[in-house]
Amino acid sequence: MSSVPAHGADRVRVLSMNGGLEFDRGTSVSQPPSTFDLFVDRGFRALSHVGVMLVLLIIALLLWEIGGKALPGMQRAGLGFITGTTWDVGREQYGILPAIWGTMYSSLLALLIGGVAGITMAVFLTQDFLAPRVAAMFRTIVELLAAIPSVVYGLWGIFVVIPFVRPIAETLHDEFGWIPFFSTSLSGPGLLPASLVLAIMILPTVAAVSQDALRAVPFRIKQAAYGLGATRWEAILRVIVPTASTGIFGALVLGFGRALGETMALAMLVGNSNQITLSMFSPANTLAALLALNFPEAGPREVEILMYGAMVLMAITLIVNVIGSWIMLVANREPRR
Amino acid sequence: MRQLSRYALCVCAVLALASTAGAEEKVRLTGSGASFPFPIYSTWFKAFSAQPNAATVDYQAKGSGAGVQDFLNKTVDFAASDSAMKQEDIDKVAEGVQLLPMTAGEIAIGYNLPGNPTGLKLPRDVYPAIFLGTVTRWNDPKIVAANPGMKLPDLPITVVRRADSSGTTFVFTQHLSAVSPAFKDGPGVGNTVNWPSSDKFVAAPKNDGVTATIKQTPGALGYIEYAYAKLAKVEFASLQNKAGAYVAPGTGGGVDALLSVKLPPNMIAWLPDPDGAKSYPITTYTWMIFRKNNGDPAKAAAMRAMVDYCLSEGQKISDQMGYIPLPQAVVAEVRKAAANIQ
Amino acid sequence: MSGATADVSIPSLQRAPLERRALVSNFLTGLAWLVALLAAVPLFSVLYMLIVRGGSRLNLEALTALPPAGFEMGGGFGNALVGTVVMVGIGAAIAVPVGILAAVFLAELGSNSTLGNVARFATKTLTGLPSILAGVLAYALVVLVTGSYSAPAGGVALSLLMVPTVILTAEEAIKMVPKIMKDAAYGMGCTRTQVILKVLLPTALPGIITGVMLAVARAAGETAPLLFTALSSSYWLYQDGHLALMQPTASLAVLIYNFSGMPFDNQIELAWAASLVLVLIVLVINVVSRFLGRPKI
Repeated sequence: MSSVPAHGADRVRVLSMNGGLEFDRGTSVSQPPSTFDLFVDRGFRALSHVGVMLVLLIIALLLWEIGGKALPGMQRAGLGFITGTTWDVGREQYGILPAIWGTMYSSLLALLIGGVAGITMAVFLTQDFLAPRVAAMFRTIVELLAAIPSVVYGLWGIFVVIPFVRPIAETLHDEFGWIPFFSTSLSGPGLLPASLVLAIMILPTVAAVSQDALRAVPFRIKQAAYGLGATRWEAILRVIVPTASTGIFGALVLGFGRALGETMALAMLVGNSNQITLSMFSPANTLAALLALNFPEAGPREVEILMYGAMVLMAITLIVNVIGSWIMLVANREPRR
Repeated sequence: MRQLSRYALCVCAVLALASTAGAEEKVRLTGSGASFPFPIYSTWFKAFSAQPNAATVDYQAKGSGAGVQDFLNKTVDFAASDSAMKQEDIDKVAEGVQLLPMTAGEIAIGYNLPGNPTGLKLPRDVYPAIFLGTVTRWNDPKIVAANPGMKLPDLPITVVRRADSSGTTFVFTQHLSAVSPAFKDGPGVGNTVNWPSSDKFVAAPKNDGVTATIKQTPGALGYIEYAYAKLAKVEFASLQNKAGAYVAPGTGGGVDALLSVKLPPNMIAWLPDPDGAKSYPITTYTWMIFRKNNGDPAKAAAMRAMVDYCLSEGQKISDQMGYIPLPQAVVAEVRKAAANIQ
Repeated sequence: MSGATADVSIPSLQRAPLERRALVSNFLTGLAWLVALLAAVPLFSVLYMLIVRGGSRLNLEALTALPPAGFEMGGGFGNALVGTVVMVGIGAAIAVPVGILAAVFLAELGSNSTLGNVARFATKTLTGLPSILAGVLAYALVVLVTGSYSAPAGGVALSLLMVPTVILTAEEAIKMVPKIMKDAAYGMGCTRTQVILKVLLPTALPGIITGVMLAVARAAGETAPLLFTALSSSYWLYQDGHLALMQPTASLAVLIYNFSGMPFDNQIELAWAASLVLVLIVLVINVVSRFLGRPKI
């Protein structure tokens, strides 16, 4: 480290080739901080507090603005909003249970597919399966995919994914229609195409952040595992991945959050149909898509109801994160074997 | 790093100065609202602004409801709406509201049949029934009876409807409710309605979504704006109007429908079921919404000039783009009302 | 290692690919290759679609001309390109400092405090914010206050979407810095700020850059927030001799949204070209920042 703060007349010359630091006479490397340093320290820490406060301010503003608009809606629709199943604007009957179901189903399915694929890709790219240059190139390509606008993903879904999935869905429905997951036929948009596209959308995020986590595992831990005679995958699955587990979990949180809030692509692919069904081929609805599709043309009364729906979505995200953190806590309490 | 931040500071200072230093400014108008007339409005505005000394006009399609909201919040100079404006919203505007119908359009029923046969005819009692889910197959006797020359397959009808809330749905359901009491009691009228829940009813967002879904699904049928259907080359059906004749969507049928209704003083007129002999049954005006008292003479003058352009030059390209040119009598009335924009 | 007998068995050091553990490992390697290839197929499918449909229209005119209307041929999305760069720039200028400062707090200064835990939950909840709500919030905060749609309003909306990603990735990156380095710095008499600024942040820089890149990439492609804050425009940001920042501003995402829904082939082609350009911009920023943020040891 050549950037040790140099105070006063102290000078330190970097480790020379013959070894040994050279000092000017009568000085030392370690110094208590000067007044300026203390001032900067206080200032920066205050700034850091400001940063955190701003985040909390954003949440407060969200609650204020959106919650404020939602309040009359909440009073009108009450708790029946969350358990109701019809969305009829003309008769002022609103229920978002199908939308909640669709949100959770599509997001969990997307997390399952995208999360597994993303973590596998991350392992694949960091654990020397490919030459370093090739791996770096793939890493850049995967990160690029995060930049594709969701409208384009929606179009890709309509023009490529749905025609691709259609014959597979028909075969599955004909042969295995008795399994609840395949019980209806695919007539276009549906939960499966939507979840597949959503999985591809969150894959870059999960992969990129997991790669950083895996790369941060100290080299000597890897060496130690191999030195003890572990096979490649024993080292990966039992040592490296667990060490990087908090980072990987963070990646999954980011991915899941993105899946819950994804609007445009799902609006084009999920079918906007208020049904609660286990079948992955049937159309469904998600909260974010419901919001996006109805908001532009909504009158003031409908806007209040939609904001109520938005608050419910935020509450779901919060609950899911609480559950996730609890899982992490429990998982980390288990003694390592 | 320090150099970088100094440079950034300079750039910011320049930007700040530049944005406040206003020399001779051209008037800039901003509007938002309906997406149905977006293609023709953007063409009109671009041509209008290309004229010397004309104002520049920006228009963004985000939905009639959102446009009206922007208008009420005073964040745009004018709005556009397929469903005019509700009285309660009009009352909220202290400066007075002037609605002006600028153009009109039709809603076509597009279909996709194997072999791409043209000229499908749908009787008056059949097409609402299709959208109610009571007529479900292409070779239903009623459809076959109306189309003697066509070979209709034994396919289920996949109905494609709008996923998003839209003025197009409003006009379409308004017409269906006027024609069929069963539809009125069922889904009813609205920007978004409770369509029958069957797995043969599929939703897609926006006109291009519905069009793409119709084109990809054999046996599909759905409602699209005529302008879009014409340019996207979708086959559309001829509908039976109140007088009993089968009329295809097009300028002739549209103008005939518009002439069957007189514009009241507030310029809001609906044609849920026109009675002209050659009228196309599903036709609607679309409006631009202005404030009567704008408090800015330059902007008001610019808006009047814009309206004038749309009513004169603009109407000439309506047909080509799939919209209905306004009848002369209507143009005269709108021009008279436009003088109220001050 | 069996028992305490005199003759110790020396384990064979020969490769034994048929031994159970080695078989399992090779099988998993094959599985990993399969999954990676399967995941790569859709990724390349999207890129392929973009390149094929957008590449044919990518030329200088597309990059510098104003958007065409109706039946016009030609035209481009130059103003949308500028608008996206400006608005993402404003968004990053807000989100990156705030995000890193908050991450520093969450990772270092207050990681177990109540404030820290609450803020961490708040951030995780914000990751699920639908983009349309970010637009609605920015509309209430900026557009209604300033009275017009503007580029800064768009920037604020985008920063709302960027902040959670930056904070969470930066926090993880800072936490992953080895404790030895921190201890050494403290041992030499650094204040907490010096430890953060001179040891933690530079070491965590690659991870922070990943987070910033992901955030920028996402913000560049978002449509809904911009529809509520910057609207769109068919004209340049710089007009009649001055910068019109407080006016509706075009952006690539909104242009793609508008044009992909129009029935004109010219516009649809431009929409695909714009999508490709968006991805290329992010690629350039990505490569440049990786280069700038490379470990300098």
